[in-house]
Order: sequence, then structure tokens, then C-alpha cells
Amino acid sequence: MTGGLLDLLADVLEGARKKGATEADAYVGEDQSFSAQVRMGQVDTVKHARDQHLALRVFVGRSAAAASTSDLSRESLGRLVDEAVTLARITAPDPLSGLPEASALAGAVPDLHLDDPTGHDLPPEAKIELARRCEQAALAFDPRITNSEGGDFSDGHARYAYATSHGFAGEYRTSSFSLSTSPLATENGEMQRDGWYHVTRKRAGLDSPEEVGRTAARRAVRRLGARRVKTAEVPVIFDPQMAATLVRHIAGAAAGPALYRGASFLVSRLGQSIAAPSITIVDDGTVPGALGSRPFDGEGLPIQRTVLVDKGVLASYLLDSYSGRKLGLPSTHHAARDGSGVSVSTTNLYLAAGETSPAAMIRGVRNGLYITELIGFGVNGVTGDYSRGAVGYWIENGELAYPVEEITVAGNLLDMFQAVEAVGDDLVFRDRTAAPTLLIGRMVVAGA
Amino acid sequence: MLAHPERFFADKFGLSASVMERLLGSTLARRVDHADLFLEYRISEELVLEEGAVKKASRHVSQGAGLRAQSGERTGYAHTDDLALPNLEEAARQARAIADGAGESAVVPVTAGARPHNLYTLAEPPITADINRKVELLKQVDAAARAADPRVKQVIASLGSEDVVILIAGPAGWTMGDVRPLTRLSVTVIAEENGKREIGGYGGGGRVAFDWFLENGRWKHFTSEAVRQAVLKLGAVDAPAGTMTVVLGPGWPGILLHEAVGHGLEGDFNRKGTSAFSGKLGQKVASELVTVVDDGTMANRRGSLNVDDEGVPTRSNVLIENGVLRAYMQDRLNARLMGEAPTGNGRRESYAHPPMPRMTNTFMLAGQDDPEDIIRSVDHGLYAVNFGGGQVDITSGKFVFSASEAYLIEGGRVTAPVKGATLIGNGPDALTRVSRVGHDLKMDEGVGTCGKEGQSVPVGVGLPTIRIDGITVGGTQV
Repeated sequence: MTGGLLDLLADVLEGARKKGATEADAYVGEDQSFSAQVRMGQVDTVKHARDQHLALRVFVGRSAAAASTSDLSRESLGRLVDEAVTLARITAPDPLSGLPEASALAGAVPDLHLDDPTGHDLPPEAKIELARRCEQAALAFDPRITNSEGGDFSDGHARYAYATSHGFAGEYRTSSFSLSTSPLATENGEMQRDGWYHVTRKRAGLDSPEEVGRTAARRAVRRLGARRVKTAEVPVIFDPQMAATLVRHIAGAAAGPALYRGASFLVSRLGQSIAAPSITIVDDGTVPGALGSRPFDGEGLPIQRTVLVDKGVLASYLLDSYSGRKLGLPSTHHAARDGSGVSVSTTNLYLAAGETSPAAMIRGVRNGLYITELIGFGVNGVTGDYSRGAVGYWIENGELAYPVEEITVAGNLLDMFQAVEAVGDDLVFRDRTAAPTLLIGRMVVAGA
Repeated sequence: MLAHPERFFADKFGLSASVMERLLGSTLARRVDHADLFLEYRISEELVLEEGAVKKASRHVSQGAGLRAQSGERTGYAHTDDLALPNLEEAARQARAIADGAGESAVVPVTAGARPHNLYTLAEPPITADINRKVELLKQVDAAARAADPRVKQVIASLGSEDVVILIAGPAGWTMGDVRPLTRLSVTVIAEENGKREIGGYGGGGRVAFDWFLENGRWKHFTSEAVRQAVLKLGAVDAPAGTMTVVLGPGWPGILLHEAVGHGLEGDFNRKGTSAFSGKLGQKVASELVTVVDDGTMANRRGSLNVDDEGVPTRSNVLIENGVLRAYMQDRLNARLMGEAPTGNGRRESYAHPPMPRMTNTFMLAGQDDPEDIIRSVDHGLYAVNFGGGQVDITSGKFVFSASEAYLIEGGRVTAPVKGATLIGNGPDALTRVSRVGHDLKMDEGVGTCGKEGQSVPVGVGLPTIRIDGITVGGTQV
């Protein structure tokens, strides 16, 4: 597509106004991406992609509707406007619906250094070579690494523009680069797979393919010899990646739409203790170059830093304008826009580092579980009840004794966060959500 | 929307047979083992009711083309959502680049011309049904849920419909098209009592007309089930923890098969030797009471397809027969590399994704036992009748699926409802412990979506009542 994205949006918004929309907003995204997968040293799959997408939301009075299309022709966009306005005539009016106050909109769009225009200037052969080196490093790491699901490199470059009928117009570009590999380790007929990855906004910031490959191999090999353990109630340590999944559950329960529907274990908990005093959780979308950063939210409001949990006390919810109005609170600028309308999402979410080294945490456990992977969907966001499949190590007398699998770990998220006995000093920002190692005093581990 | 995919893409985008043949023939076919062009046009609609009113409505159009060239184990794939010819030619060039200079393996003849099924032709596809009737149905769901029990505090009901036209063109000049309607009604209920809240969810659908929801009291059933589950959970006790005998009810608990054996029997993992089932063809992997089938040819079901996304007609494939592993599920690439025939399981989420082996409707054949007898045969265990999602590590074989409605079995009787708990087992081992199989095979209501490598496709599952002697239940009651 050629021409300015904002001009296109202005045309669509004007078209909506002419058709009877009293308010409207729209976004358009276009991206180009490339990915290469190499398996056992041979090129497996190479993908090129071009995508574009325009979405419109209209309000006719207080009734709303949305429409989206991947066809940006004039004819198609005319149909899009007609469909959105027609749909808004069948939806029920809601006095709380509508765009945010114009005075709250972001002024200038800050440059958060989210793209790397020259980073994509690498021929496909060179990108394939990065994937090959990544897998090769894993295959060469240990003789027990005998097979692989492949090594991958991918990059993408996207433009995003958003505009509203009451004056907001903003645009930004993002880049992403990723390397990953999933090797298999085999020993005595047992087969285990694990993987590692790195994702960045700047190509220069990517870990070396060798580092990613070796880490993946180390993770696969360390799972060999896994056993089951007997059912017991014990201390449980979540490694940083798995601790981050717990932080995401808290953020999910703090999301406005879940709260006003009564579908959250954090309903009416604002200002109350929901975790041990050692727990502070922050969402900060302003970090330059970070994966979750964005210059404005899905309704054009400026991005900010929000303390979600302050020393164990629930200090804020995560709100867009509508869920904020439903709860009698201002938006926290966490709106996320999609083709169907507005939802809530986090930006860069993290649990603040504590003071205990992971080694000291493990040393302090006589008999317990160290979790490196969780599978399944056994989390009830309404009650906080938690039950998931786990993989990791059994801890005996302060040491990682042997790998374990085919077990579950269960509790309730509120109880678990109150029972945090130590917060690690090992916070690293690798993903949109980050956490240090966490030690939870007691959970039920089900096994043999 | 329309009945004739070839004409649709020719009229709408100027993509006639000769244009497609040129794209494939001159640009791709000479040096590769397989090449195809996948065209897709999708219209979808979603209506959401909450707080007693439909406040959210949206409609989406997505269109695009995926071009693929394969040579040996290599796949070049390019997709674009701009169907202008220069874009398609560029995509073809990109897809081919990867296959240049290879092409040692033999070309497998394409099974073109086989008459596809006619599993879901509808007089009125759900997307075109009167939207006011849809809004009315959602309001009736809300009213019925609130009338069913005073503890119901919130009802969220959504109705999604889509119509997808696809056309696949291969190098020998063959084309295969399909028009795929799909709809689903989902009901979520939040119930509250004494400050305690719980959630219940139910729903159904398929490749069916809107009227299907009104027939045989279906929407009322979906609604009352959602209410029943939310209210039941308000009084649930802690689930037990540990390994025990588990009885699974009929229908949706068939997700066990999807996770425990289904994914592990997909051809790609087995060609690569990364599945816990790799190399086990002809071996015993389940109790002799167990026969598992993947059948893409069941009329109007959510997981069914007339042809898969590579133009291969779907089939009924016996995966496990009386406990013995008989077949993997294949797409064209993995079938060719393993020297097998494609099984009609090559599926993709959309034009933006290359196909891979995927399940359709996966179920266990009925056995002889009376379901009541099966429960009576258990002294102490768990009776699980509804589940949320599941997941599997195909390499280690470990799988989980989470019970959302389950009860204790004590002295051969179903007693207290228990809180949700995850069940975990080992795929190659779990079905060897099946000791009873009921005569009450039931398919699910039509709500399943399967995710693999970032691609979601609609699927179905089915199960009779079965007894498994020993699976780990992840509760909190030690």
C-alpha cells in the first residue's frame, strides 16, 4: 500500500461521519515479515508475508459497532463504513460508551525507539544462516542432543496508525527480531525436548545464535532422567519464566472488563493486601526500545507507568475508558485496540526484584519443587484456583536432586502470593512480562 | 455467500484458471516436488451480550493468497492479502527461491478429481441469517439464565458466525474449492452466593444454519448447562490430589484423546522422530478395548471438511484399532517424505499459514459397558464430565487436561462435586489403563479449537464413558 496511513484513516472517519456516526475511531496496520526454519542443518521452511488490516469502530449516539478488513481498496472501505454504521443500529445504547475525553489524549507521540529500519537489511541467506548457527550450537552442545524441531530466525517490520473523530492522530513503527531453537535430548530410550529464544526490537541486541542454541540444549539435557514424585505439600520455587506466568494471572484478574463483570478474584480488593509485603508489580509502557512499549494506548491516551501491586497492596487496576467508567475510576491507559473493539492489555509488566539469590532460596529448602515449565489451562480467574501440570527438579536438602515430570502443582493464587517467602534478586527483562525467582511456602504437588 | 469458489475468485479478483495455472505452472512447478496456491475469502461476525444487552457487534473481512513450493523437505511459503497479480507473482518468486536447485525426490501423483463430500451445504449460511433474530436469541439466553437461578449475577453470551470460501490450485491444473460455514453460541455465567463467585460456561455449534440453535431446545440446553455448572461449583469441595481411578463422562472429555494420542500421531512429528509415538506403528499403545478414529467426514460437525486445505478429500482414519497403533495423520509433505498417502489432515488456520497435519473430529468407538456399571465398579475415584482446555508435550508424551466439572466417586456412587483440577498423564501409557468402555459414545457440542505452532483450527472430539485405572489428579486435598 502507498500513501499516508493517517490520510487513509481520515477518509474513513469522514466517511463514517457522513453515514451518521457521531463518534468513531480507526486504526490501520501493515507489516512485512520473514521467517526461516532450519532443521538438522537443512533449510526446512522459509516464509515471506505481507499483511494489512484496517479496523473501524463507530458510535451512533451511544450504540457502538466495529468492522475490519484486510482489503484496503476504496470500494471495500466504503463497504466497511456501511457495515459498521448498520451494525450500530442493532446494538443497544450504553450511556457509558464512547471515546475518552479529548483533553486526556496524548499530545506529541514520543519516539520510544521501537524500530530498527536498517536491521532488516540482511539477505535471506544471511537470516537462514543465523537460524542454522542457532540450531547447530544446540546440536553440538552435548552428544545426547540427537534431534531437533529446528532453529528459527524471524524478523518483521510494521507500521501502525490510529486516529479518532475527536482529533487524535498518531503513527509509529515497530521492528522485531527473534531467534529460537528446540533441540531433543535422548538417553536410555527417554526423549526430552526443550527450547530457548530471544526476541528484540533491535537486531544488534539479539543474543548470539550460539548463546541461544547452547541454552536450549542445556535446558533439554537437564530434563533427562525425569521421574515422578509422591504427592506432598511442600515449598515450591518458580524460576523467573514461570514466576512471570503468575504475574500475568494477577494482571488478568486486575483487568477492567473482568472486574466489572464480577469475573475476577480481585473484585473489590483495591487498597487491600493481596500479596506478601515483598511483592511489588509494575507496568511501564514508557521504557525505550522495550518489547511491550508503545507511545499511546489503544484509545490514544498517553502511556504511563502504573504500580499495580505496591508492597503487597493492590494499588491499581488496569483500565480502558469504558471499564474505568463502569468502575467509577479514570482509565489507566491500558486500552488495547483490536478489530472487534477495545480490550485491556499490559505493556512491560514486571515483579520488582527482591534480595534473595536463587541459590540461597534452593539451599533453604529441605524437600520441595523447583518449577521450570508449566502446562495446561487450569487457572480459574474468578476464584484464583490454580492447578497446572509441572516440570522441574526435586529439591533435597538444599540441592536440585533430580528432574521431575508428570506432576501437578495446585493452590489458589491469592494464597500463593500471600505465601511468598522470598523474592529473587535475578530480575532480567527478556519478555513483555518479567519476574525474578519466587519461593512459595507451601503448595500441593500431586504425583504418584 | 456463494456456491462456486472458482467463479467467485475469477469474478471478484480476476483470478481465472489460466492466471492461476500461469502462476503455478511457469513460475513454480518445473523444479519442485509440489506447489500450490491457496486463495481464501472469509467473512465473520460476532455479537456479544452482557448486562442484558447486545452492546458489541463486529464484522470482519479477510482475504488473501498463500503460495507454496516444496522440494525435498524444504518448503517456501509466501502470503499476501493483496490479491493483485503483481503481488501474487512476487509471492510466487519468493516461495520458489527456497526450492531452487533441489528436487531429487519423486513427485507423488495428486489425487485430483476425487469427488469431495457435501457435508455442510446450507440453504441459509449462519452469517446471512437475519441479525435481529440473532440479537433476539442472545436476549432469550440472558433471560433464561437469569430466570433459572437467583444466584446468577452476570450472563455473557456471544454468537459468532463465519463463511469461508477457499480455492486450492495445484500444478497439474487441478483446482479444488470449498465453502465452509461455521457458527458457535457461547454462554458464560457468573453466579454468586454469600460473597463467593463462580463461573460456568457452555455452548455449541458447527457447520450449521442459525436455526440449528433453535431446534431440539439446543440454546436452552446450552444456557441451563452454563447455569448449572456455575451454581454447582459454588458448593464444590477441594479436589483430591494424587493418582487414582478416573471415570470420564461421554462427549467433550474426548479431549483426552486429542491430547494423549492425537497430537502425537500427527505426521510431522513422526517424520522428524520427535513424537513419543515415533516408530510405534503396529505396536500396542492402548488397551484392546480402545479404537480411536479421526473422521473429517461427519456431516455438519465443527471439525469436518469436504476437502482439507491441500485439496485432499477428508476421510475416516482409524488411528488406533483394538489398542494397536495403525496410522498417523498426514498432510502432503509428510506423507510424501514418509512414503505414505495423504489422509486428508492437511489443515491451516488461513492463507497466512502453511498447512500441517491436524486433527478433524477425534473420538473413541463405543464399547459394551453400561455407564452406570462403570461408575459402580469404582470404590474410590473421580468422575469427570466437563473439561476446559488441554495441552501436550509431544516429545515426552506428558499431557494435561483440566476438569471443570467433576465429582468424587465413593463406594461406587457419585458424591460431592469438586473444584476444577488438572489431570496429567503420559500419552503412550494412559490409554493402556483403560479398563472399561461404555456403550454411550457422544460427540461434543461443537466448541473445540485446537492450537498448534500458533495456528488455530476448529476441531471436534468424542468419547463414551470410560474408566482409566490410574491417572494423576492435581487437586489440593492431600
